[in-house]
Formats: sequence, C-alpha cells, structure tokens
Amino acid sequence: MSDKANGPMVRFEKVTKRYGALTVLDALDLEIAPNEKVSIIGPSGSGKTTVLRMLMTLERINDGVIHVDGEPLTHMQKGGGLVPADERHLRRVRGKIGMVFQHFNLFPHMSALKNCIEAPVNVLDLPRKEAEARAAELLDMVGLGDKKGHFPSQLSGGQQQRVAIARALAMRPKVMLFDEVTSALDPELVGEVLNVIRRLGTEHNLTMLMVTHQMGFAREFSDRVCFFYGGRICEQGTPDELFGSPRQERTKQFLSAVLEAG
Amino acid sequence: MALRTLAVCAIVCFAAGLSVASFASFREFLPGLLQGALVTIEITIGGCVLAVLVAVPAALAKMYGPRPVRWLAVGYIEIFRGTSALVQLFWLFFVLPHFGILLEPLTVAILALGLNVGAYGAEVVRGAVSAVPRGQWEATVALNMPRTLALRRIILPQALVAMIPPWGNLFIELLKATALVSLITITDLAFKAQQMNQITFKTLQIFTIVLVFYLAISTVITAGMRALENWAARGLARGRQ
Repeated sequence: MSDKANGPMVRFEKVTKRYGALTVLDALDLEIAPNEKVSIIGPSGSGKTTVLRMLMTLERINDGVIHVDGEPLTHMQKGGGLVPADERHLRRVRGKIGMVFQHFNLFPHMSALKNCIEAPVNVLDLPRKEAEARAAELLDMVGLGDKKGHFPSQLSGGQQQRVAIARALAMRPKVMLFDEVTSALDPELVGEVLNVIRRLGTEHNLTMLMVTHQMGFAREFSDRVCFFYGGRICEQGTPDELFGSPRQERTKQFLSAVLEAG
Repeated sequence: MALRTLAVCAIVCFAAGLSVASFASFREFLPGLLQGALVTIEITIGGCVLAVLVAVPAALAKMYGPRPVRWLAVGYIEIFRGTSALVQLFWLFFVLPHFGILLEPLTVAILALGLNVGAYGAEVVRGAVSAVPRGQWEATVALNMPRTLALRRIILPQALVAMIPPWGNLFIELLKATALVSLITITDLAFKAQQMNQITFKTLQIFTIVLVFYLAISTVITAGMRALENWAARGLARGRQ
C-alpha cells in the first residue's frame, strides 16, 4: 500500500469500464499527486467524463481498483484480500471527493444558502449556525454573497455554477472534480466561473481533476494535461509539452481541429 | 385565479343545491340525504388518507426496496389494481369473517377503497419520483448523502408537485366509488337516495339533490388540490418565468 503522506491522492489501477460490448475505458492507469491540477481533454466518446463519474462512484467499474488518499475506494480490505466496497465504505471514502456538474444540478427548491448547508448539516452533522457561516463565506468567495436567499431559477447559469462550486466545497473535499463545468454556459458567463476555479487553485489545498473544452484555460491552469482517445490516455504531459509540441498524430489532429474551431 | 373560479363554482353548486331543495317537494328529502352525504364524506376522507399512507411506501418499496419487500409491493399494487373494487369490498366484508376477522362495515369500506386507490396512487408516486432529473440524484451522491436522506429532502419534495394533479383525479374516483358501499349495508348518500326513492317515488327530486351533492364534494376536492398544488409549486417555481 502506498505511503499516505507522499503517495498519490488518486490512483487508477488497470481500471476498465464497459457498457455492454463497448469498452469505454481500457485498463486505465492514472496517478494524481496531492494538490496537482490535471486537465483531461479529448474528443467526445473518448471516456473523459467516465473517469470523473467512476471516481465519484456514479458509475461502477468493471475491472481494476481506484484508490483515493491511500485507500481503495471501489474495494475494501476483507480477510486479507480486496472485495467490492459496501455502501458504508463507499460513503466514507467518497466523502473526500466533491464534484461540479455540467448542468449544475442545484436543488431547485432550496435557496443558494440552503443548497450549501443541506449536506454539511445532514451528512457531516455540523451545527446549523456553523454550516451557515461557512456557506456564507464560500458564497462570498464565489462572488455571490448578496444572493444567498436567491433560488436557482433566479440566478444566471454562471451564478448557478458558482453556487454549485460553493456547495461542493462546503463538504471540505480533498479532491474536486469538474465535469465540463462551462459547457452549458453562454460564452459571456464562462469567465466568471473560470475565475473562481483559478482562485481555488491558488488559495486552497485541493487536488483538481477537470474535463474541459477550454484549451486556453487548461494550458494556463493545469500542472498536467491528459489527452484521451478511445478509452486510453493517448498522450500526457505539461501543458507546454502537450499543446506546444504534441508527439502523437492523434493529439495533433485533435488540437488543430479544436483550435481551428475555437 | 383558477382557485377563485373553483371557489365560485363550489358556492354556485351549493347555492343551486339549496335553492333546488328549497322547493317544498325537495326540502323534505334534505335531512335524510345530508345524513347519507356525511357518511359518504367520512368514507371519502378516510379512504383518501389511507390511500396516500399506503401509496408512498408501496411506491418507494417497489422502486428501492430489497427484493422481498419489492415483491410485496408489486403484489399489493397488482392485486388491488387488477381486481374490481366491488370484489375487494365483498372479499373483505364476506370472506374475512371466515378467517375469524370481523370488521365494521365502515372500516371495511375505508380499507377497501383506500387500498384500491392506494394501488393506483403508488404508480402515480412512482412516476413522479422517476420524473425527477437524474442529475438531482447524482448531486446527492456527490454530496455523500445517504439514499433515504436524498429521497426525503431532495427527491420527494420535487416529485410532490408533479403528483398532486393525478392524486386529485384519484380522490374524485374514490368519492364516486363510495356508492359501492351501500352493498355492504352502509347507508351512504347513494343508498339513502335509493331507500327514499323506493318509498316516495320522487325520483326527480331525490336524484337531482344527490347529483348536486356529489358535484359539490368533488368541487371541494378539486379546489383543495389546486390550492395544495400552488403551495407546493411556490418553492420550486420561485422566480421562474
């Protein structure tokens, strides 16, 4: 077992995901260090979003093991071996991970503040006062201190996405997953969300894994960029390596197609 | 707006009922029929409450329960949807005593109609819960909520709005089905009317009053459900254009 202090925060070990006959991820090996910011890019259907969804336990894996913070997430130790995790184990390890979705998925019947305190109060058992103070702080941080009482339907897409980020942070995760978080936004609202993520990267100790189509942001923000193709990591490296001098033909094709469109 | 229209409707119905009954020939039937109407209302309310109390757990058991519980729920729903309310009523009233279970007629009426409508209601609840977008469930997983908490705080409140109008339909169905209970010796509105009709042969007067009574009760149900729907939608629709 890896040393908890120095080992990777997230480790995919030969992880395979199939939908029927279709193999979405093929024996994926991927390690992410604590505080590392990793961007995942690639054409649609290449399995990028599936990586995040498996890590959030929204999808079961068919083969392999995912480790988080030094312990298996998808499995647990039992009788000297690894067996598939039960609900209790999943919930304990999953608590270290937070996720922001493409379509925000805010709770429509709750105000911005309520969205941010619901889980801290009922899952972490924080006193309501404390949860409210923390939520208010986080909403301030994402620039929505004056919208605490607003309902999702009263907020713009960019504002909703920022509430969603605050809501995920309120659970104090160690790892944050961002699944195409600006894809559903009007172009003029993309910047405000990216700015919040930028601030998170510099001001918080967070391991961040994001699937994105914002190549400029991935290049500027990430420590590492992974290019997915056909359920595998086709190429990875620092942003300068990957965007500046891609080695693989597929990467070159993808980048030239995206940059032309963008 | 719609609520006001319904309220006006109810008042008009009531006034029409009264004015019709105020004709001397109508008036003599009023006290007896009112008595019957009270029994009908009693069974309707009891049945509706029971239906909701049964439908929600049945739906959740069918959707999320462990296998034996799921089978139980499916069994209940299919039996009570797949057989006629009249047969259920008779079965509870005439067959249960063979097993040593003797129930009051009124209890049997509420039980049979409540369970019958509850079976349909379970499908209404199931439909409304399934209609909540999958992303809402995924958000609860990402926030590490246990499933029961997610259901109670996130999914059911959103499903509630969608299930109120079909419940209104079911409640009215239940009201009309109460006419069956005369067959197990209960003197409800319909039975009282038949009784009086056999004695007096004033068919026109008696059944006109009965018609208006049923309409008035169902109008109240409709108005109540509309009010409930507005109340439930308020939280969800706030600021929505």
